[in-house]
Amino acid sequence: MTDGMRIVALKFQLNGKPVEMECEAEETLAEVLRNHLNLNGTKVSCEVQVCGACTVLVDGLPVSSCTYLAYEARGKNVATIEGLEKPDGTLHPLQQAFIDDFAFQCGFCTPGMIMAAKALLDENPQPTRAEIIHHMDGNICRCTGYVPIVAAVQRAAGVMAKESKK
Amino acid sequence: MSAEKKTDFHVVNHSIPRRDGRVKVTGKAPYVADLKLIGMAYAKVLRSPYAHAKIVSIDTLRAASRPGVYCVITGNDLEGLNPYYGHAVKDHPLLAIGKVRYAGEPVAAVVAIDERTAFEALEFIDVKYEELKAVFTPEEALAKDAPLLHEKQFEAGALRGFEGEVTAGKGTNICQQHRIQWGDVEEAFKKAAAIVEGEYYFPMAYAYAMEPYVAIADVTDQGVTVYSSAQHPFMVRHDLKSIFNLPVSKVRLIVPFVGGGYGSKSYTKIEPLVAACSWKAKRPVKLQLTVEEAMLTTRSDDAYTWMRTAVDAKGKIIARQAKIYMNTGAYAENSPLVVEKSTNRCVGPYAIPNVLIENCSLYTNTVPASSYRGFGCAQVTLPGESQIDELAAKIGKDPYEFRLANVAKPGEEFFPKMRPFDGTLKEDLETAAKAIGWKNPLPKGHGRSIACSGSDAGAYPLTSTAVRVHADGSVTIMTGSTELGQGSHTVLPQIAAEELGVPFDNVNVVSSDTAITPYDRSTGASRTTTLMGSAVLEASREAIQQMVVMAADVLKVKVEEIQVVRGGVRCGEAQLNWSEVITKFYALPDGEVIGRSYIRKSGKFSQLPVFWEAACTGVEVSVDQETGKITMEKLVTVGDVGLAINPALAEGQDIGAATMGMGIGLFEELVYEGSQLVNGSILDYRLPRFSDLPKEVELHLVQNQDGVGPYGAKGGGEASLNSMAANIANAVDRAVGVRIRQAPLTPERVWRALKEKELQNSKVQKFKE
Repeated sequence: MTDGMRIVALKFQLNGKPVEMECEAEETLAEVLRNHLNLNGTKVSCEVQVCGACTVLVDGLPVSSCTYLAYEARGKNVATIEGLEKPDGTLHPLQQAFIDDFAFQCGFCTPGMIMAAKALLDENPQPTRAEIIHHMDGNICRCTGYVPIVAAVQRAAGVMAKESKK
Repeated sequence: MSAEKKTDFHVVNHSIPRRDGRVKVTGKAPYVADLKLIGMAYAKVLRSPYAHAKIVSIDTLRAASRPGVYCVITGNDLEGLNPYYGHAVKDHPLLAIGKVRYAGEPVAAVVAIDERTAFEALEFIDVKYEELKAVFTPEEALAKDAPLLHEKQFEAGALRGFEGEVTAGKGTNICQQHRIQWGDVEEAFKKAAAIVEGEYYFPMAYAYAMEPYVAIADVTDQGVTVYSSAQHPFMVRHDLKSIFNLPVSKVRLIVPFVGGGYGSKSYTKIEPLVAACSWKAKRPVKLQLTVEEAMLTTRSDDAYTWMRTAVDAKGKIIARQAKIYMNTGAYAENSPLVVEKSTNRCVGPYAIPNVLIENCSLYTNTVPASSYRGFGCAQVTLPGESQIDELAAKIGKDPYEFRLANVAKPGEEFFPKMRPFDGTLKEDLETAAKAIGWKNPLPKGHGRSIACSGSDAGAYPLTSTAVRVHADGSVTIMTGSTELGQGSHTVLPQIAAEELGVPFDNVNVVSSDTAITPYDRSTGASRTTTLMGSAVLEASREAIQQMVVMAADVLKVKVEEIQVVRGGVRCGEAQLNWSEVITKFYALPDGEVIGRSYIRKSGKFSQLPVFWEAACTGVEVSVDQETGKITMEKLVTVGDVGLAINPALAEGQDIGAATMGMGIGLFEELVYEGSQLVNGSILDYRLPRFSDLPKEVELHLVQNQDGVGPYGAKGGGEASLNSMAANIANAVDRAVGVRIRQAPLTPERVWRALKEKELQNSKVQKFKE
């Protein structure tokens, strides 16, 4: 209903599948995911790129989808929390580790936290504690005090290392 | 200690993975922000730029006639509603009526086809204000020429949980006063061997639940339905019932998963405004606040405390006196209860024979203050636990030994007329001391501290539940307790599974729908495991009793001949599990048994508090003397939880609470400059992040099954926050010899204190020369 709004065509890969749609030029990636594509796993909190709740991966790099224009994702690969679980229901090692280590409470930061951790492990499969803390510093959790999240990322790294040796 | 101390647990006391694990790690867990109703419109709120002003006029015509706008609602449109609400005092209009009392107060709302259209219409609302003199601190609010925030008297909220008188609206800005007194304080201070005295300030803090306030309301002739991120749906229901003058049965609150609460989502927040929007727009309306708006909705009370504490020649604390002024902001919200609790919590957890605590909360033209994790305890534990260390230093005692000698003992009636102390603080302190390495040598610039707190917790015991055993032996718990992340959807099924002898995976939870789930007063004050847990336990046992009678009928024997075994019954050779009992009784593979329980202030819950929430925290800090920056070298938590139904969840509460307390100890503070909140955004409000993680963390639980809850459990969840600011202040003093009586201990404050000390030392040096 906005005066003079501009509709743009948008094509990108979402969790490995092609998406073709139209959106308003000023819509953020989070708005497109949540409002148009019904992917509500990506959470929006601070809206100023500080809390990390809305983290998704664009071409493998973590971005804050609350301030990232959907238009910028055209032609790129977008990965969200909904794409991590395998079709047979097997969870990604990070998802399983978050459960095993009690690495969430309210769960509102969790999708962004897991996506940020995935970006780290994809790049650096065996991070040190200091590297985890440095990489994850852009994600806020108000419930857990971060301790179990660090443990979960370490556990997932271990599981993924074993899996890759198989 | 209970005679039936059970230890051979099958499900309880195990760290079973969270029931909500899979939905939360896959992004499928529903929060209100994710919900849409058919035909739903969106609201946005226009807020006052002034701290205190008369509303001369509001012209909504231009905004209302914009394309896509359904309606605009202001304080002038509320005829037919009772627009004032409040848990303690009904002083809060759902939109400003006639005047505004803080910068950020909702003045109007636009309801439109989408959020952006609503937002863009806000600037077309023309409001004319006439600014009034404003007050921002208790001191200003108490001044003789202070403007009055509230001119008229208010009704008491029907759900008052405090015993005090409503002082609001009686010609002053006093919101609430509370006082406790025993012994003879004046006499005790005269006889004291040593006294410490000081003034302390605990800041305004923002809880930052990462899911900001959000609600969807649908008001029709069928009643009011609201989906909300509320912690206490039944209390919100009560406010809405009064606003719309409806029977309870026509107001329905539904709460899915809540994205963090920490007290900030307790009691009514935006629900009346959303419901009024729906009422006027005649369609479902969603209102989701931004974080900046959430920061203009609720904060913690900041507190100015003068305190003195006295000790006798033997090292026994003999007296404590305090005067507290709390800044409650523009509306009472739940602050009257916070005032009462912080008054009580000045004492604990010490047995002090002479006590006088006077507390007064003031209305000011700032964001309304309300509950915040710990409920007034952190505000007074900063002075309380600071003075324990200050006093120990004064008489040359080790502060740890000094605490051991003075803490309330198990069973001691240290607080007149209250429940005798039900924790083991000596053991808690010993555990913390061992974990932190109390006696170990420390590098220069490092300091350690151990501090404790004991809160009259559990709120009020009024809780009911239904436990439904189905024909296949699976179970559904109907609970009014909200899942905020604390783990109630895991702990409650553990209790039912333990009692009924059924697999944990077969116990499901339906929660927080006031039209379906039985009444539960609140989800806060660390009460759910103790009270709802007890209700689930009793309801499970009541279901078993019913199934024993049914089994006797099925087996054609006397009820007395039926023996209950795990997961079923036995009679001679015959053995039936619950599924067999139910299906044979109904002669169909269907039907169910409903176990019920009603908990009230009677029996083992007749004495308040429901339990004493006790905990210790220990810290080791290092201080950079060049910059004043504090580094957390180590953090230790000790939760005195009676019995942890799920130890990992209990420890999770402790580390979470301690981290919030650490935030306030180190950097969290809402700052007002004049009428404006100047750091009202997450960009400017500094929160604990990964990089603030203490270098080492140890979590401990003390489990003596000494609580009044199921199997001797007590609540946790708040206690580890309370002592953290004091702990950090004490550790800094021991590290670098400066006593800071204000939280947070920012690098600037520490640096200034160090410079001040240098200056003093050089003066002393010169004097000696």
